[in-house]
Amino acid sequence: MLSIISPIMRIVEIPMLALQRLLGINKLAWVFLLPNLILFGLFAFLPVILNIFYATTGGDNVLLADRPYVGARNFGTLTDCSNFLDPNSCREDKFWRAVWNTVWFVTLQVGFMVGFSLLTAIILNRDIRARGFFRSVFFFPVLLSPVVVALVWKWILQREGVLNAFLDWTGVGGINWLVSADWAFGWSVFISVWAHMGFYTLILLAGLQAIPRDVYEAALMDRSSPWRTFRRITLPLLSPTMLVVLVLAMIKGVQTFDEVYAFTGGGPGTATTFIIQYIYEEGFAGAPRLFGLSAAASLLVAGVLVLLTLVQLWANRSNVDG
Amino acid sequence: MKKKTIYLNTAFAAAFGFAAAAAHADDVRFMCYSDGNECEVYEDVLSRFTADTGIGVAVDVVPYQAILENLPVQLAAGTGPDIAKVTDLGGLNEYYLDLAPHVDRAYWEGSFGETLDWYRGNAGGDGIYGMHSQLTITGAFVNATLFEQAGVDLPAAGATWEEWAAASRDVAKATGTDFPMAIDRSGHRVAGPAISYGAKLFDADGNGKLVDDGFTAFTQQFVDWHNDGTIAKDVWAGQGGSTYQDAAQEFINGELVFYYSGSWQVGRMDENVGDFFDWKVVGSPCGPAGACSGMPGGAGIVGFKQTSQPEKVAAVIDYLAQEDVYAEVTARTKNLPAHLGVAAKGVEFQDASPAAQDALNGFAGALPAVSPIAFQYQGYAGNRAMYGITVERISQAIVGELSVADAMDRAAADLEAAMAESK
Repeated sequence: MLSIISPIMRIVEIPMLALQRLLGINKLAWVFLLPNLILFGLFAFLPVILNIFYATTGGDNVLLADRPYVGARNFGTLTDCSNFLDPNSCREDKFWRAVWNTVWFVTLQVGFMVGFSLLTAIILNRDIRARGFFRSVFFFPVLLSPVVVALVWKWILQREGVLNAFLDWTGVGGINWLVSADWAFGWSVFISVWAHMGFYTLILLAGLQAIPRDVYEAALMDRSSPWRTFRRITLPLLSPTMLVVLVLAMIKGVQTFDEVYAFTGGGPGTATTFIIQYIYEEGFAGAPRLFGLSAAASLLVAGVLVLLTLVQLWANRSNVDG
Repeated sequence: MKKKTIYLNTAFAAAFGFAAAAAHADDVRFMCYSDGNECEVYEDVLSRFTADTGIGVAVDVVPYQAILENLPVQLAAGTGPDIAKVTDLGGLNEYYLDLAPHVDRAYWEGSFGETLDWYRGNAGGDGIYGMHSQLTITGAFVNATLFEQAGVDLPAAGATWEEWAAASRDVAKATGTDFPMAIDRSGHRVAGPAISYGAKLFDADGNGKLVDDGFTAFTQQFVDWHNDGTIAKDVWAGQGGSTYQDAAQEFINGELVFYYSGSWQVGRMDENVGDFFDWKVVGSPCGPAGACSGMPGGAGIVGFKQTSQPEKVAAVIDYLAQEDVYAEVTARTKNLPAHLGVAAKGVEFQDASPAAQDALNGFAGALPAVSPIAFQYQGYAGNRAMYGITVERISQAIVGELSVADAMDRAAADLEAAMAESK
């Protein structure tokens, strides 16, 4: 094997040595970074720059050359509100409905997600029977495609679905879950938590297992109650992991689209329309295609995501430093 | 020896690959979607065309959503197919290939008449841009068995929407059926009833104008029927945005007394209802404005001017427009013909049950009642924007997010903004 690799390495070595002589050892790093930089620039930076151009142009043409420059008009349209808390007072009411739906969704989903993930992780960290099996059970929904998750729950919750059949059988009587705004929103939160909590449970489980056992043994010797041990030992030592989970869940929550779109289509009315769906519908599903408005909305969302990412970076750094 | 074999095989595979790629490069690409079996039938018919002329046609079958959402973006980017089956007839006019220089104008004008106008959109003129391959008309299906079981007479021809609603409620109550009525969640579907309630849909200059007294009156009635349980809430309130949703499955399941959809559902009903119950087509009920209008529509086959082989594209479409070919496709796909010659001779629909044959004849018979506003709306380039706004805002009124008055104000503002952006 070595006899095959060595001649190849020698062939590669010759131009690399020449390059090193030409550029110096420090600049040679750029040569190695270049392929990745090109890909990153092409598929990450360029779309962001194009998005900025689209956000500052109007009309329904897809080609930038055919789109008139409108400056900050699209941002003005999105933020033209007499009361930001009341979407009905906004010029682009659909945007603000989507914003507030997203805020509520993220608040509830992240709260429940972190709570249930922590509870599950604590249970799965104990020496229970069939622990491996239960760990797999909780992680399994994470492996499912979002569309599959949505369709499975749609079959369960539709008017003549499994849940209503069961409720009818028990005599309680079914509810048309997906036609009621509150129920549809509530189920969207539940399904999102169900589908993703396995991932966060796994992270928290790793965090729990990283807490040294001797701290718990010391607490036991001091006759600390389980609740006090949890409050004074587990929670503080788990808090860096919790913070990462919190920020990751918030970013993922803001980006929610596919699951809920396949589940409710954003309805009833706009009850489950979130910000990414708004961007998609304005730019691609509706007529005319308002690429400018859609791009402006996506830049505003990007701003929020950058903020959340900075919080995550700060949390990671504090974690490392602490 | 072994090496030589590998080299020879590689060379042969490369040559074969290039030849195959070269053959396919000349094919005319046809982006097609099916309501039933249309693409399958086109593929079969076009294989004969290829055998006769040597012009290859690759039929790419795509979901309807791809025609609505992906095709316009592809066309704008210059990467569209050569031919497509479209429903946004006037809206995509700027991309259409004018077939007039390549076809017999007299034959086309004599065969397709007014439908040629639908493809001209805002551009107007006398270009020939598309062949209307399937004419559709909206109208109602009723479950005749439920009426019989309830002992309620079917309202007579010329009955109003209110009369049908009352009769459907009685039938649903007497038979324990889940829903008296349903209308597809589509701006196109409610346009006919809205016109019957007095909606004009255009201003004096011929520009789209969604909200007026007639449109508001229909919306109020439509919302009230949702609130009192006359209309199934699942269809309009069970979705968001401007997503299309039909209620055909509910009708097929026998859960619906009166279902307002259109002629393209006949094949599905024929296939799925079978002898489960008797169904019939009753056309479009009348409104307070005196009209009993449905909406015409359907799909057409168009070529795009960005094609590199316009003569071949025109030849393919012209072949499909010939009376014998058109008649065969219509009979096999169970669609209403837009070809005047084929319509005049009548179509013996293939494998259609007597109920389906009656239904198709019923829809064809409802065509004279279609309001001129409906024909104008169908050919209007901004109709997709108006359909989308209709669905979004009426849905919000149905679920109580907006009052009917607020929904109408928003709809008018949305249309104004949409028109300003598309100028």
